[in-house]
Amino acid sequence: MPLSTADWAAISLSLQLATVTTCILLLLGTPLAWWLARTGSWLKGPVAAIVALPLVLPPTVLGFYLLMAMSPTGPVGRLTESLGLVTLPFTFSGLVVGSVCYSLPFVVQPLQNAFAAIGQRPLEMAATLRADAWDRFFHIVLPMAFPGFISASVLGFAHTLGEFGVVLMIGGNIPGETRVASVQIYDHVEALDYAQAHLLAGGMIVFSFLILLLLYLTSDKAAVGSLQLRS
Amino acid sequence: MNTAPGHNQPIEANFSVKLSFPRRSAEAPRFELVVDEQLAAHGITAVFGPSGCGKTTLLRALAGLQPIHNGVLRVNGIAWHDQRGSLQAHQRPVGFVFQEASLFEHLSVAGNLEFASKRAPERLGSEQFQGITEFLEIDQLLPQKPAQLSGGERQRVAIARALLIRPELLLMDEPLAALDQTRKREILPFLDRLKSELDLPIIYVTHALDEVTRLADDLLIMEKGRVKASGPVDEVLTRPDVPRMLGEEAGAVVEGIVTERDSQWQLLRVDFIGGHLWLRDSGESIGQCARIRILARDVSLSLADEQASSILNRLPATVIGMADDTDRAMLLVRLAVGEAVLLARISKKSASQLRLYQNQRLWVQIKSVAVLH
Repeated sequence: MPLSTADWAAISLSLQLATVTTCILLLLGTPLAWWLARTGSWLKGPVAAIVALPLVLPPTVLGFYLLMAMSPTGPVGRLTESLGLVTLPFTFSGLVVGSVCYSLPFVVQPLQNAFAAIGQRPLEMAATLRADAWDRFFHIVLPMAFPGFISASVLGFAHTLGEFGVVLMIGGNIPGETRVASVQIYDHVEALDYAQAHLLAGGMIVFSFLILLLLYLTSDKAAVGSLQLRS
Repeated sequence: MNTAPGHNQPIEANFSVKLSFPRRSAEAPRFELVVDEQLAAHGITAVFGPSGCGKTTLLRALAGLQPIHNGVLRVNGIAWHDQRGSLQAHQRPVGFVFQEASLFEHLSVAGNLEFASKRAPERLGSEQFQGITEFLEIDQLLPQKPAQLSGGERQRVAIARALLIRPELLLMDEPLAALDQTRKREILPFLDRLKSELDLPIIYVTHALDEVTRLADDLLIMEKGRVKASGPVDEVLTRPDVPRMLGEEAGAVVEGIVTERDSQWQLLRVDFIGGHLWLRDSGESIGQCARIRILARDVSLSLADEQASSILNRLPATVIGMADDTDRAMLLVRLAVGEAVLLARISKKSASQLRLYQNQRLWVQIKSVAVLH
C-alpha cells in the first residue's frame, strides 16, 4: 500500500520544519554555545539550565506556555501584532518558533562541548600570529569544532523530526500548514488505520536510524574531514 | 642568510608592568607582579626564576595575552599599553613560542607555517619562506600533520611559525622545558644559530640555569613577582646577592676565544679577560669564540701557586667579597681574576684556615670547566 498524498505532504512539511529549525538553531546556538563555553559569569549556570529545560520538560508544558506567549494577548503575540506580523499559533512559523525552543539543547550542547574542547591555547597562539577575533573564529574555531557542528546539525534535525507534543499544542492539525508526519501518524491511529500508521511510523524509525547511523559512522571521518579544511 | 627579519637596532623596551590578580592558590591568594625595567634587548635576554615567580606572566603581558593593570609598556617608543589603551595581542609585532609547540592540529605543517606567513605585515617571498624552513631543517616535514611529528620537530615548526610572522621581538616561554634531554640537545643548536644568524631580539623565559648560561646575553632574575637582578649575564651571575639564589649551580660565565691547540695533550688554550685556560679539546677551531662556565664549587683557593698540583688551570686572583651560601658550612668568595669575576665555593673552615680577607691576593685552582658552545 503506497503512501497517500496527505502522507507525503506531512513528510515534506516535517522535513521543511526540521531544515529551517536546524539552520536557525545553528545561527542562534553558535554564539550562545560559544558564550557558555567561555564565560566565567555567574549567569552561566542559570542560562545553561534554561537551555537544558526542554530535555526534561514534557513537550506539552513547553507547548502550553509557548501557546500562551504567542496568543494575541500574550507578550510574544502582542509584539508580533504590533510589528504587523502574523500571529504565530496554528501557523508554520509558530511551529518553527516552537521547534527552535524544543531542540535548542540538542544543538547548543554538542557545540558547547566542541568549543570547550578547543581550549584557550590555539586561540592565544593565533592571536600572537596576528589573527583578530573573527579570523580566529573562522580559521581556528570553525575547523576545529567541525565535528561538533555535524553532531549538532544531525541531532537538531532528527530531534525536530520527532517532535509531536509541542506541535500539537501550538500548531494543531492543519493539512499542509502544521500537520507534520508525527501528527499524521496520530491521525491514522485515531482513525484505526493501523496499516497507514505502520508505514509512516516504520518509515520514521528507519529514517531516524539511518541519519543517526550516518552520524556515528562518520564521526571519526568528520574529524578527519575537518582536518582537511584549509585556513 | 637573508631571512633575518632585519631589525638591526636593538629594541628599546621600557616596561613598567604592574599586574595584580587573584591566583588560584591558598598560600598566595593574590599575586602581584611588579616589573619596572628598561631593556635594550638585543640577542637573548633570559628571564630566569623559580616556577611561580611571574616570569611567564610577564611574557604573556608583553604579548598582550594577560591584561596589565596600572602599568606602562613602551617598545621602541610605541606604547603597547598605557593609561589610554592597550594594543591587543594580534596588533603587537611579536612572535611567541610556547612551552608546548601548540601547533594547529587541523592544519599540516605547511598549513601552520602559511597561517603565519599569510598574516605577516609584509608579504614574504617564497625564498624567505624556504630559507626559514631550511634554517630549522623542517622542509621535509611540510606535508605532514602535527600529530605525526616528534616533540623536537614540533617545537622547530613552532619556532619557524613564530619567525614567519616577521616579529620585531621574539618571546619564548620555556621552549625546551617540555622536552627530554635528547630533544633538548636537538633544539639547542638551532637556538644558538637563531641568536647568531638572525638579528632578532629574543626574550627567553626559563627556569633552567644551563639554558641561561649557554644562550643568554642579558639576564633578568625574578622572584615572587619582583625583579631581583638584571644586566649582562656574566655580571649578574657573579653579583654579590645573586649566587646565593642559585645554590649548587652558582658560577661564572666568561666569553673566550680559542687561541692554541696542544695536539700532544689534546688540549685547547682559551684566552679570556682573566687570563687563559687549558681545556680538553672538544674540536673547536682556532679563533672560534667559546663561552665557558666555571661553577663556584669547581674553584678552590690556595695562598701559593701549587706547582705540584694535578690541577692544570691556576690563576692569580684578588678577593673582592665574601657572602654566605645557602649551605651554612659554605662560603661564596668573589674573586677578581684579571678583569673577570669568578666565584669560589669553599667551606667556612677553609676560609678561616686561609685567613681570607678583602683584597687578599691568592691563587684560584679551577678543577673543571664546561664549554657551552
